[in-house]
Amino acid sequence: MRTDFWKRFSKNKIALAGSCVVILLFIISILAPWIAPYDPNDINLTMVLSAPSAKHLCGTDQLGRDVLSRMIWGARISLKVGFVATGIAILIGAILGALAGYYGKWVDAVIMRFVDIMLCFPTFFLILAVIALLEPSIWNIMIIIGLTGWMGVTRLVRADFTSLKERDFVLAAKAIGAGDLRIIFIHILPNAMASVLVAATLGVAGAILTESALSFLGIGVQPPTPSWGNILTAGKDNIDIAWWLSLYPGLAILITVLGYNLLGEGIRDSLDPRLR
Amino acid sequence: MIRYIGKRLIFMIPLLFGITIVCFGVMHLAPGSPTDLETQMNPRASAEYRERLNAMYDLDKPLHEQYLIWVGKLAVLDLGKSFSPDRRPVAQKILERLPITILINVLSMILILVIAIPIGILSAVHQDSLFDKVAGVFVFIGFAIPTFWLALLLMIFFGIDLGWLPISGIRSLNYEYLPPGMAFLDLIQHLIMPVMLSAFGGLAGLSRYMRSNMLEVIRQDYIMTARAKGLSERAVIYKHALRNALLPVITILGLSVPGLIGGSVIFETIFAIPGMGQLFYMSVMARDYPVVMGILFIGAVLTLLGNLIADVSYALADPRIRVS
Repeated sequence: MRTDFWKRFSKNKIALAGSCVVILLFIISILAPWIAPYDPNDINLTMVLSAPSAKHLCGTDQLGRDVLSRMIWGARISLKVGFVATGIAILIGAILGALAGYYGKWVDAVIMRFVDIMLCFPTFFLILAVIALLEPSIWNIMIIIGLTGWMGVTRLVRADFTSLKERDFVLAAKAIGAGDLRIIFIHILPNAMASVLVAATLGVAGAILTESALSFLGIGVQPPTPSWGNILTAGKDNIDIAWWLSLYPGLAILITVLGYNLLGEGIRDSLDPRLR
Repeated sequence: MIRYIGKRLIFMIPLLFGITIVCFGVMHLAPGSPTDLETQMNPRASAEYRERLNAMYDLDKPLHEQYLIWVGKLAVLDLGKSFSPDRRPVAQKILERLPITILINVLSMILILVIAIPIGILSAVHQDSLFDKVAGVFVFIGFAIPTFWLALLLMIFFGIDLGWLPISGIRSLNYEYLPPGMAFLDLIQHLIMPVMLSAFGGLAGLSRYMRSNMLEVIRQDYIMTARAKGLSERAVIYKHALRNALLPVITILGLSVPGLIGGSVIFETIFAIPGMGQLFYMSVMARDYPVVMGILFIGAVLTLLGNLIADVSYALADPRIRVS
């Protein structure tokens, strides 16, 4: 099973393209302090809004800061938000989905009705409403995106659990006296990880998109911390004079999200070629 | 059929109840009080003033009582009064902004249907052709592109470089002096970019969905039967396969309602369109709790309605649903 997966994965062009982008982003994020040509917060008022040149490859912003350096540091932020937010969503989704699928009956009914209710809210509305109450900070953003993104995972894990719990290995575990928690987390959950992994990869992409939209609206990552979204805000403010502020950060978001989506699709295809 | 609709409506009641609890919970369980903004920002606000404010908004009562009061008012569509200086009823503020938001969302939904369905069908019928591959790439990019960024690029290109389309508002400054025909044209010009962009996000999803539906239907036995009895390929695809592949699209349209409504915050803010999304954004920035909660509630109810309409249309289109 596992060797099959790697065999298919390494032959899957989509998966490989996605992995390349994701790995590259990791390297950029880790090496940010060394590869960024300037300090991302270095204000240079003699170079305000200068177009891309050999000195500043992606131009400078309204305070004369180097856009390329800010984008490299922004990669770090988006990666952090993407992973932490998705981690929270997966944790909640996996636990609730496991409980609903394993116990069924009223536990299932209560949890799944709650999922239905949460799905009625336009996610972006819910996120904004909570942000209205809290200070917009990077940690709050991560938590809120995570808290509003677990419903899909719950449904996936529940579906896996309802079928897996009927299997013989679960019966065997019960027969030798394993407790419910042990069966849920040690025996069944690892078997449900495949769909969770795909959902997580796509979730990172979604979280990065949401973070950039929030930062763009000025309620996400707050300046002077650089994020792709808040560079785009400057792009909108200077839309008629500085196209580079609008073009490059958006391109970075597009490529990143595309990378995670491709990786997710690739993993799905490699896990089970019939799912296409 | 009426029995089916009745059943759906009864099913909605617990959901509606849950929605009110979540709305209320979000407002009251978060740290800080809704009156903080008015009292903390105001150096003249005394402890007594704060108490009076709390009493005015019933914040001095226990939580369950506050909830009952709120739901009681909600039942008669009273969403309270805005915190903003105008103190107008929230319901009124939302209602005057709802039509433009709904107009844009309905238009973009129509646009999504008109474009995505043919793309999906052609991709499925000519699977692995050049068209299918190009459409596939387009779908991947469509999923990944931040629509607010696309909006910026289009604003730069069509609005500033070419000067073809206006980049903000829904009316020109000289709107009142335009003859009716021109005024309508003016409105359309202002709506082109927002509608196109709001549709863009849904296009990728629906065309991909349509493609996989169609692929599945084409493999069914009754399609083979249709071919075996000598029907033309056209008749097989557009009469027998298409109808069945279209059915699940109804559900997807219902499910896409929250995404469209949520997206309106971004478009309306970027294009300065005076709709519900922009009101929501401004209320969030001003911490105008009654309006924020009101729109959150309305947004969820609109989603619920979208799902209901989708369910009922599905039942109308597919008799099997009504029976089971």
